[in-house]
Amino acid sequence: MKANTHFAFFDEGSKKEIRRATLKAVAIPGYQVPFASREMPIARGWGTGGLQLTLSLIGQTDVLKVIDQGSDESVNAVSIKKLVQDTTGVQLTECTEEADIIQSRHRIPECSLTKEQILVLQVPIPEPLRAIEEREYMTKRMHAEDDYSGAWLMLFEQIMKFGKTATTADHPVSVHDRYVMAPSPIPRFDNPKMDHSEALILLGAGREKKIYAVPPYTSVKSLAFEDYPFTVESFEGAHCHLCGAVDVFLDELIDHEKGATIYQCNDSAYCIEQLNKQEKVEVESTYA
Amino acid sequence: MHETPILRVENLCKQYGTGCQECQDKERNSVEKNYCKSCGTVFAVRDISLDLYRGEILGIVGESGSGKSTMMQCLYFDTDITSGAAYINRPGKENENVFELSSQQKRMIRNHDYGMVYQNPVHGLKMNFSSIGNIAEKLIAAGNRNVSDMEATGKRLLTNVHIPLHRMKEEPEKFSGGMQQRVQIAKALSNNPPILFLDEVTTGLDLSVQANVLDLIKKIQRELQISMIVVSHDLAVIRMLADRTIVMLNGEIIEEGLTDQVLEDPQHAYTQQLVYSLL
Repeated sequence: MKANTHFAFFDEGSKKEIRRATLKAVAIPGYQVPFASREMPIARGWGTGGLQLTLSLIGQTDVLKVIDQGSDESVNAVSIKKLVQDTTGVQLTECTEEADIIQSRHRIPECSLTKEQILVLQVPIPEPLRAIEEREYMTKRMHAEDDYSGAWLMLFEQIMKFGKTATTADHPVSVHDRYVMAPSPIPRFDNPKMDHSEALILLGAGREKKIYAVPPYTSVKSLAFEDYPFTVESFEGAHCHLCGAVDVFLDELIDHEKGATIYQCNDSAYCIEQLNKQEKVEVESTYA
Repeated sequence: MHETPILRVENLCKQYGTGCQECQDKERNSVEKNYCKSCGTVFAVRDISLDLYRGEILGIVGESGSGKSTMMQCLYFDTDITSGAAYINRPGKENENVFELSSQQKRMIRNHDYGMVYQNPVHGLKMNFSSIGNIAEKLIAAGNRNVSDMEATGKRLLTNVHIPLHRMKEEPEKFSGGMQQRVQIAKALSNNPPILFLDEVTTGLDLSVQANVLDLIKKIQRELQISMIVVSHDLAVIRMLADRTIVMLNGEIIEEGLTDQVLEDPQHAYTQQLVYSLL
C-alpha cells in the first residue's frame, strides 16, 4: 500500500516555515536566519538544508538539476534527485541552461546562471566565525556588532604560517558590505561567480538549522588584505583531457597507464556539453 | 596650572544582587565588609571616583576581595556597571559618559583608547593563535588591513618585550608564564593606546622576570607617555611604579595620595597595617 504523500514531501506548514525563513534571508543578504529544520529521509550533513530549500521552492513545471561536487551522477546527487522526483514528478535535467532550480554541493556551475534560475547550495558549517568562537550567542553578537576581526585573524594566521591565505574552500566573503558569510565549501575559484550573480543564491544548513541568501546583483567580496589580494586556484598550462577546456575548475587525475598527471573538468555537465558541440562541428564538417 | 585628566571616573558602583531595605539604610548597618547579611548582595565597588592624568601611573592597592579587579573590569567594559560615569579626554567627546555608549562604541574605545593586561594571560590572549597573530588581532580590530604593516609593528613590539623573533609564530600556550605576560603587554600596546590597565601583571612571576616586566612598564611610560592604572597587592611593585596611589578596602577608597606619602606616612588604620605587615 502506498501512502498518499504531499506534493514535494513536506506538509504545507513546513514549506511555509522554510519559505518564511528564505524570504527573511533574501531581505537581509548574508544574514543567517534560524529555521525549524525538518527531519529528512536522508541523514543530516548530507544536504538536508539544500533539500529542504529545493522542496519548499519547487513547482510542478520546474526543471531540477542536482550536482554533487560538479558531478550529476554521484550517489548523493542521484538520491536527492530521485526523492524530489518521486514526491513531485518534476522533470530532471543535467543541462545547466535548462534547469530552473539547481541544487549543488560545493560547486557553482561553469556557465553563468541567469535571473530565471535559483542556485541552492548545501552548507555544512554556515558560521564563518565558528573556528575562532564556539559559542553561538557570541558569534551572533559579533555579527550584530560587525566585529569580524576573528575572520580576518584566521587569514592573517594562514599568511604568517604558509605565506599565503590557505583556504582551500569556503573562503569567507563579505556580502553587501555588511555580513561576513561562509559561501559553503565551494573552491575559491567559484567565489567571484557569487558577486553580482544574476541568479538568486540560497544557502541551507539543515543540521545547523540556518538559511541565508545572496539576492541577485548583490556585491560579494572575498576577504583579502591590501598586500595579499584574493586569488583563485590557478590551472595555468592545464586543460581538460576530454574536451580541452581551459579557464574552468579542473580535477587533477593520474593517468594510470602513463603515470602522468592529467586534468579533467570538474563540472561534468559542462564537459559533456563541450564534447557534444565538438562532435556536432566534426559531423557537419565531414558531411560537407 | 590646571591639567585636564585623560580619564575621569565619577561615583562608580558595582554590586552583585539587588540590595534590600536594610542595606540601603546606613543606620541599620547590615553590611558586613561589603556583604549584606540580610539579602546577600555584594557591594564590590562602592562610589569610586578618581582622575588619571597623561603619562601618570596610578597605583591601586588593597587586600584580595577589595574590589580592585572588579573596578578594572568595569572600566574596561568586561562587566556592566551598576551606576557611575567615566569620561575619556578624546577630542570632541570629553563630556561623553563612556558607560552609556553602545557596545560598538565601547568596542571602539577598547580597540583604540585602551590596553589591558590581565593577571591571567588566558583572558588577554588567544592561546592557540600565534603570538604575532595575537598582536595583529588588536590591529585588525582597529581597522588595519595591511599584513606587512602589522607584521612590522608586531615584530617591533615583540622585540621591545624581549620575545625572540624566531618564536613569534609560536602560540602563547607553548610559552612560559613570564613570556605569555610579555606577549600580553605587547598586544595591549599595539595601538599605542593612551590608557593602559595592568591587573596584577607581576603576580606569580619569579623575581628576575618580575624585574624585567617592571622595567618594561617603566620604559613604556617614559617613552610613550602612556597613562596607566596598575593594580597590585605587592607594595614593592607599587612603590617602584606608581606616582600616586589609591588604597581600597571593601570596595571603597580609604586613602589616596602620592605613593611615597601613602607608604611612608599612612593615615588610615588599614593602610598602616598593610604597610607595616611588609616582611
